[in-house]
Amino acid sequence: MNVLACIKRVPNTGAKIVLTDDNQRIDASNLGFTMSPHEECVIEEAIQQADAHGGSAHVLTLGPEEATEQLRTGLAMQADEASLLETDGSEWGPRATADAIANVVREMAEDGTEFDLLLLGNESADAANYQVGVRVARELGLPCVTGIKSLEVEGDTAIAGREIAGGEEIYEIDLPAVITVKEGINEPRYASMRAKMRARNMEIDRREPVGTAGAGSLEKVRLETPETDDSAAEILGEGPEAVPEIVEILESEVSVV
Amino acid sequence: MILALVEHERGLPAEASLEALTLARELASVEGTDLDAAAFGGDGSALADELGTYGVDTLHHVDHDDLDGYAPEAWGESLGQLVEEIDAGTVVVPSTDRGHEVAAHAGVTLDAPMATNCVAVEVDDAGAYELERHRWGGSLLEHARLTGDRKVISAAEHEFPVTPADEATAPTVTEFTPSLEADHLRVRVDRVEASDEEGIPLGEARVVVGGGRGVGGAEEYDQLEELADLLGGTVGASRAAINDGWRPHDDQIGQTGAKISPDIYIACGISGAVQHMVGCKGAETILAINTDPEAAIIQKADWAVVGDLHEVVPELNDALRDSA
Ligand SMILES: Cc1cc2nc3c(=O)[nH]c(=O)nc-3n(C[C@H](O)[C@H](O)[C@H](O)COP(=O)(O)OP(=O)(O)OC[C@H]3O[C@@H](n4cnc5c(N)ncnc54)[C@H](O)[C@@H]3O)c2cc1C
Ligand SMILES: Nc1ncnc2c1ncn2[C@@H]1O[C@H](COP(=O)(O)O)[C@@H](O)[C@H]1O
Repeated sequence: MNVLACIKRVPNTGAKIVLTDDNQRIDASNLGFTMSPHEECVIEEAIQQADAHGGSAHVLTLGPEEATEQLRTGLAMQADEASLLETDGSEWGPRATADAIANVVREMAEDGTEFDLLLLGNESADAANYQVGVRVARELGLPCVTGIKSLEVEGDTAIAGREIAGGEEIYEIDLPAVITVKEGINEPRYASMRAKMRARNMEIDRREPVGTAGAGSLEKVRLETPETDDSAAEILGEGPEAVPEIVEILESEVSVV
Repeated sequence: MILALVEHERGLPAEASLEALTLARELASVEGTDLDAAAFGGDGSALADELGTYGVDTLHHVDHDDLDGYAPEAWGESLGQLVEEIDAGTVVVPSTDRGHEVAAHAGVTLDAPMATNCVAVEVDDAGAYELERHRWGGSLLEHARLTGDRKVISAAEHEFPVTPADEATAPTVTEFTPSLEADHLRVRVDRVEASDEEGIPLGEARVVVGGGRGVGGAEEYDQLEELADLLGGTVGASRAAINDGWRPHDDQIGQTGAKISPDIYIACGISGAVQHMVGCKGAETILAINTDPEAAIIQKADWAVVGDLHEVVPELNDALRDSA
């Protein structure tokens, strides 16, 4: 069973987000890069399913040359192959991204690699458009279910679970299918040093993305850091000496005692 | 016309849908057009009575012989067909799992752009939307321009306090029967399995005691469990603590975990990364216990204790047990 894992490179923001002067993006000059935790689980799930059912796990991203770093993270986790749909670093919207991914899937099928399972994150870390997976599926005419936290493949059927209040909703869908996952579906492995070294020299398939957005558009104008109440906390004290004050607050200010 | 998707439980609209309806009504009034609602299943007329409070003109009750229970593509396709039938310019959905899933499908059916997690929308002379939406789980705002004959938007949760219309309406109920093909119905809920989780779910707890990497190990959570018990609350965790294998993922608070809204969140050994803090935006108050006076969480908390949680928490538990 061949599985495609779609991931997106994003800055690894810490305690505070700083924007560039033109307010167009996060100032990443002092930041590392990462991907959404959902997508780490996408890679892990792709590898586990490919291993369990015989086949290969293929990671794919649409992004700048630097996004090979995230692909290599996937390769170090033991994904078999990686593809970069290389952009000039400008941000692609969800519709063009989905179109580009669908086009590559078709291209690869023509070249003999067919995917039985396409895995994506439920939502990207930065943009959270909640739609690339659904749009890819519809364009390829595949069934799709989103927000999945448990997945089992039996023969040609995927049994997928989604959390709802008080339990889990179970879907049984025929493969090939598109499934978007949430963190918690598995525990992504840590890559060993040796695997990381090996991944550094693995070849990455590079392609030029072709994708269009369709009618109407959503265009970013600028970003803004929302105002937060950053008036420093009232320091109740140091160490256990603060305990009487805490009890007082729990009793009279929040009335939970 | 503005069309709002309403999720409901036996005719009672869900809170998030009423918030979306509140945004939809604002838009309808700015555009000087009707406010319609769409709902699947259940009893249309009972729901219509509820929706009159919120100024809905027409409720389109979607039904089809083969629609029995939730089916994402069929719902999205139906919603898209309804939009075309009644010529609605904009669809507003709640920012729920289903809301986003159905809206994404409707966006495909309509070949329309979709803007998620909107917190403010203004309409310009050309009919385009100048909107603000959440990014990074709400730690950033994006100002964006949404254009097109058909638009799909979701209303960010907790951003549109539910308000009744100035004048209540008596919505007309219209039955809408979409034309569905087998492919639209191939994904549907097969069954529901009840969870055997005990205790108060994180999202509903009045007190949450959070533990981060500073807790230091799985067993050290016992003292946090005890504190939570004494206060009738629940324990949560940061992603770092979960990655270290100290807690299950269900305990995670933040962008890719649970959103909490307790009266007080007691954050122990948590640094206050933005992705964690967006999960606690609903907390009424925050008390931080941290060894580092410079930790970001201290800026974001109402009260802070600078110190080792392993000394503070057991002493606090003793005091609470004594006062009980
Ligand atoms: C896209 C994305 C999504 C994410 N989603 C989430 C999410 O949903 N939830 C989440 O939590 N994180 C999330 N993260 C991770 C987040 O960025 C942080 O890495 C994480 O929250 C840090 O956890 P922490 O505060 O426990 O650990 P640290 O940052 O290591 O902080 C530990 C804190 O403990 C204090 N401390 C140490 N010892 C003691 C002691 N004895 N007593 C008291 N204090 C002590 C230290 O001073 C420090 O402040 C996400 C990251 C990304 C990139
Ligand atoms: N540039 C990209 N390259 C590859 N996959 C992507 C890209 N953008 C989004 N995705 C995938 O689509 C999912 C949903 O993204 P979104 O619709 O933006 O919330 C993400 O979690 C990724 O798995």
